[in-house]
Amino acid sequence: MDASTPSATTMTVKDTSLFYGGFRAVKDINLHFRPHAVTAIIGSSGCGKSTMLRSLNRINDRVNGFRVEGTISLGDQDVYAPTTDVVDLRRRVGMVFQRPNPFPMSIFDNVAFGLTLYAPPKRADLEMMVETALRASALWGEVKDKLRRPATELSGGQQQRLCIARAIATRPDVLLMDEPCSALDPISTLKVEELIAELKRSYTVVIVTHNMQQAARASDVTVMMNMDEADRAGHVIEVGATDDIFTNPQHPQTEAYVSGRFG
Amino acid sequence: MRLRQGIVAQSIFFTAAAIVALSTAALLLFTGSRGLAVFGYMNPAEFFLSGSWNQNDENFGVLPLLAGSLLTVGLALLISGPLALGVSIFMVEIAPEPVRRVMRTVVELFAALPSVIYGLLGLTLVVPWVRESFGGGLGKGILAASIVLVFMTQPTIVSIAEDALRALPESLREGALAVGATRWQMIWRVLLPAARPGLITAVVLGTGRAVGETIAVQMVIGNITSRMPKSLLTGATTMPAAIVTQLPEATSPEHRAALIMVAFLLLVITFSLIAAVRAAGSRGKARPTTRRRPSPAAQTAAVKGGD
Ligand SMILES: Nc1ncnc2c1ncn2[C@@H]1O[C@H](COP(=O)(O)OP(=O)(O)O)[C@@H](O)[C@H]1O
Ligand SMILES: [Mg+2]
Repeated sequence: MDASTPSATTMTVKDTSLFYGGFRAVKDINLHFRPHAVTAIIGSSGCGKSTMLRSLNRINDRVNGFRVEGTISLGDQDVYAPTTDVVDLRRRVGMVFQRPNPFPMSIFDNVAFGLTLYAPPKRADLEMMVETALRASALWGEVKDKLRRPATELSGGQQQRLCIARAIATRPDVLLMDEPCSALDPISTLKVEELIAELKRSYTVVIVTHNMQQAARASDVTVMMNMDEADRAGHVIEVGATDDIFTNPQHPQTEAYVSGRFG
Repeated sequence: MRLRQGIVAQSIFFTAAAIVALSTAALLLFTGSRGLAVFGYMNPAEFFLSGSWNQNDENFGVLPLLAGSLLTVGLALLISGPLALGVSIFMVEIAPEPVRRVMRTVVELFAALPSVIYGLLGLTLVVPWVRESFGGGLGKGILAASIVLVFMTQPTIVSIAEDALRALPESLREGALAVGATRWQMIWRVLLPAARPGLITAVVLGTGRAVGETIAVQMVIGNITSRMPKSLLTGATTMPAAIVTQLPEATSPEHRAALIMVAFLLLVITFSLIAAVRAAGSRGKARPTTRRRPSPAAQTAAVKGGD
């Protein structure tokens, strides 16, 4: 059991630019995602937040022409080193997507999915791990009597918490979330936010959000990104403790953005 | 004006639908009534249970035909189904775009080949190969027919299965990969189950194609109706092959009626397959996650995190 206990790990992004073919979508990023903290990435639409996030677990490798310059590391492991095992990396860096994407299988099987990919645990252990993940994602009470029902029967908010359960069941070191609440109603959103605050005890959490209140409520560190009008590449404007960013922003663009004057 | 057009269009569709429904009913009624006349000459038990179909002694047992069809189609699908699924998985999940496009063209070409060409290729390539590889006999038989059917059913199964896989949303793939699935685990454990209704449809329609195939099969199967198929290598027949072989020279009324009864059974089998497809299809529709994959534009929007 000890080997699978999450060991919230730092992710570091150094002098990194991200390209789609010849287009540099994101440039000159230097960031440090702290363990046991929630880092929110905010910024207007199209400034490269998703691109940034999706490069951390190399899910953007699927996009034709996507290219990384610079160094991204998980602990002391170079994420883009040729020797890196991408599958293992993704087991250590979980992701929750913007739209809930449960698999067309039962609630139980969704959560168990990642657990059964390698050396499937004994049935009893598996059941316990699934329950733990569902409790951690605040869904257990709502689904414990219908674990065998198709996941697609759940509401959108429940589906998203199920996807969070699926992502944390394998106890990753880092949890990435790309606007996890944008498809949810306000009540589900609140539940997911409470959950995020809870999750940072065990994980390094990075969340992209469009919602200023959400960033203010749920994160410890905020990264403000924006697009450079000159070359249309996204870059980091300001990084700081969330309280500082929202009460005392240093950069005029940050101030304008967090006060809702653009974005 | 617009209202008039609506009415005209509606009545055209209605008429077309009525013609289809009526002709289907007429077809069933015609073959049914003419075919059932066979039971005026022999009792149903004899027709369904006798292991010999021999026009010379006026004995028409359908079993050799049914068994021939079942074996030929079963063997063909046993090979063709997995092969076609493999090909479509390769096309959707593995092959780079240019390769996929070439394969797509080849599939379309295969679909457009007339049956008689398949029969000819079977006769000149498959039959000699079977004869030489397995020894004995002429090489004509169930095995040769099955091999020809493997090729004939590929385009049907591949194109429908490919569509079914392609229709899966990208989010399913990303979801599977994001929890650390390998590409094969993603395919086996997420994509294939998610696409199951479409894949079943593909295989069933391929079966329909195989069951009904006439000329190509007739050219390579040897057309032996008088006894049950003895092996995969000796001459046999299938239901449609028997009809096309014997109907032109069937002079006695009971021979004709017996052949039409076979045609009726063939229709019933085909309609059952279509019913099976519809059942699989409607189960598929009940699942919201098997919706079509969004257009490339919508996908980009999703990656971008459209607001
Ligand atoms: N798959 C892709 N192919 C090409 N360009 C892309 C792709 N995804 C995003 N982009 C471009 O990269 C830039 C950043 O997009 P994105 O990271 O989605 O921004 P955000 O998440 O901040 O809205 C945009 O200009 C967008 O058009
Ligand atoms: Mg985005």
